[in-house]
Amino acid sequence: MLSSTADHLYWMSRSMERAENTARMLDVTYRMSLLKHALIEPHHEWRAMLSISGLHEDFEARYDLPSGQNVLHFMALDEKNPGSIYNSIFNARENARAVRGKITSEMWEALNATWLTMHQTRIEGIEEDGVSKFFEWVKERSHLIRGIAHGTMLRDNTFRFIRLGMFLERADNTARILDVKYHILLPSPKDFGGAADYYQWGSVLRSVSAFESYRKVYRDQIAPKRVAELLMLNTDMARSLITCVNEVHRLLREIDGSRANLLLSRCSDLHSRLHGATIENIFSYGLHEYLSEFLEEIYELGKLINTTYFWSKDE
Amino acid sequence: MKIAYDEMYAADGSVRANYQSYASWLKGVPDDVIVRKRKAAEIAFHQTGITFAVYGESSSKERLIPFDIVPRIIPAEEWVRMEAGLRQRVKALNAFLHDIYHGQEILKAGVIPAQQVLGNSQYCHAMRGVDVPEQIYAHIAGVDLVRAESSNGDAQYYVLEDNLRTPSGVSYMLENRKMMMRLFPDLFSRQKIAAVEHYPDLLLNSLRSVAPQSVTDPNVVVLTPGQYNSAYFEHAFLAQQMGIELVDGNDLFVKNDIVYMRTTKGPIRVDVIYRRIDDDFLDPKVFNKDSMLGVPGLFAAYCAGSVTLANAVGTGIADDKAIYVHVPDMIRFYCGEEPILSNVPTWELGKPKDLAYVLEHLSELVVKEVHGSGGYGMLVGPTSSKAEIEAFRSKIIASPAGYIAQPTLALSTCPTYVESGVAPRHIDLRPYVLSGKEITMVPGGLTRVALTAGSLVVNSSQGGGTKDTWVLEN
Repeated sequence: MLSSTADHLYWMSRSMERAENTARMLDVTYRMSLLKHALIEPHHEWRAMLSISGLHEDFEARYDLPSGQNVLHFMALDEKNPGSIYNSIFNARENARAVRGKITSEMWEALNATWLTMHQTRIEGIEEDGVSKFFEWVKERSHLIRGIAHGTMLRDNTFRFIRLGMFLERADNTARILDVKYHILLPSPKDFGGAADYYQWGSVLRSVSAFESYRKVYRDQIAPKRVAELLMLNTDMARSLITCVNEVHRLLREIDGSRANLLLSRCSDLHSRLHGATIENIFSYGLHEYLSEFLEEIYELGKLINTTYFWSKDE
Repeated sequence: MKIAYDEMYAADGSVRANYQSYASWLKGVPDDVIVRKRKAAEIAFHQTGITFAVYGESSSKERLIPFDIVPRIIPAEEWVRMEAGLRQRVKALNAFLHDIYHGQEILKAGVIPAQQVLGNSQYCHAMRGVDVPEQIYAHIAGVDLVRAESSNGDAQYYVLEDNLRTPSGVSYMLENRKMMMRLFPDLFSRQKIAAVEHYPDLLLNSLRSVAPQSVTDPNVVVLTPGQYNSAYFEHAFLAQQMGIELVDGNDLFVKNDIVYMRTTKGPIRVDVIYRRIDDDFLDPKVFNKDSMLGVPGLFAAYCAGSVTLANAVGTGIADDKAIYVHVPDMIRFYCGEEPILSNVPTWELGKPKDLAYVLEHLSELVVKEVHGSGGYGMLVGPTSSKAEIEAFRSKIIASPAGYIAQPTLALSTCPTYVESGVAPRHIDLRPYVLSGKEITMVPGGLTRVALTAGSLVVNSSQGGGTKDTWVLEN
């Protein structure tokens, strides 16, 4: 496969996955902000949203207060914000356009239609009561496009590069959500099991569609450590770190290892480290430290994928 | 001007033999069915994204080329003659290109003035002495033919121009056929219509046959300027149909005079490049230094014989309008035969006598820029205003050798669906001639139609449409 083709496929799915995750985080934050809970400091949640994405500097340069309205606009519709949902969908569509001949026509048409609607939405703006509906729409489009890929594409390297982009982006996003939320919601012993945990950690779970799963797995009240365990180490969870890394590890071996020794060994290291970890030793090591290192590893894998398969500039 | 020859109806209003079967079918189809089918065709073309971009039009970035559902039907015996004429002409043009970049026998023999070739900006000095496989330069030639009445009153085919650089449009020929078969399957069971669908196979075979000699299983790619090029759809379409990679300049690199493409498995050698990038942009090291589209070092690899470019570099000299007038002599010189297809009578404005005549008769003639293409930079005297003619006159006087003139041909017409119903519209024909180890082509080609009443300009950039083209089989 041409390197540029692989590159476009990978970024097509990464961008769409990013759009979905941004929508998930915004949606949960928005719902939380409606609660007007005594325990929540104004703007606190919205500020957290910006630090998850690492975009607060860009935001502060162009907006004043991290109010709900400002952050929503910045993260959903702002064409100057490279990480906005608008730009993520734009990037997904532009990458798809470059490889139209390589993806199924259903796939292209779904991505193209998504972009056309997104473009129209940006022009019309989102009404106050349409916020959640918009996020639902983004999630649904992402589900649809992923489903089309699954239901229509040959299981060849085209499919694998699409999956690779998706899981790498998802690993990154889940780790970020957990890291930032944990940082903000540092558990204090007196709150354990209290209402704050229920709402705050419940929102973390909801942002990755894991609320029901938590109940099923633990059959118990919501506890921060268990949330972390579920989102990091549970191999049955669709969006957990370990599931994403399992998939990336498998995909990289299937794609072709002949030029990928360095990439494969790095990925194998990460894979075995996660499989050897328990939530207890992660917490005693320090969750934030652990997640920072994990994010660093994901970043390095992305860089190695670039140089191994896409012939990035520095080669 | 006389009434133009109509492909379907004779002067007395009767239906010509080649349209008999079609006409009797059409009689049985209710009008509303036709309306519905036209609508269906338009929707289908939109959905599949068969669009092209028009230069200089920012408002609508992508446009459809209008498709007309009345086919252009060519009788079998006409095609036999046309095909023989095309083979002969393209053979001579390839021989000419080899000659002027090697021994220059035709110039030594005085058949063509040396200055007109060697002093022409289209003559590529870098190609002097470069050997290309099978001595083929114009691997893909799009020869524009028109039918018009000659001085003795018959309607005959004329070659309007030879497109030997990167002729486009073949994807429309293929898509038009697919669309007609989808819309009117019953039409195709009524008579024998020559197939065109195997064009991509012929093209791939032809390209493989001109691979560098040592290569047994050549890797052929299509090189595009990129997805914002007006013909990108066609580049992607042909690559997909041939099952080969579509690459842009960034996908390729040259190392030790060998061209490679960057793949996820590492570099893979490229042997034949069907390039849809103009010469100027091919290699920033040799041609346009600012080109972002090309591949540095490509021309050196080409000269070293490690890769074939189709079409070759420097073919523009042979389809230059100043050289056009000499093609019949080329055929006599290289093939020792009389030309089967005629040229349109042409005045060369570099000649004082011709210039004087043309300036007197501007309102009757078509004047073309020697290096222009695509319907840009031309004057159609009879349909131009006084002011337009005068503006053009001063351009001609400023550099007469930059122009040629031809009589305004009454191009043949074909019934075409327009706003007001069915009406005759002028058409031309572009067959695609493939040259490799041998010459191959599919019967027919792309028929373009000028949708504006009376207009003689069929170019898609100027509001032209297309029709399916049928060559009948006996």
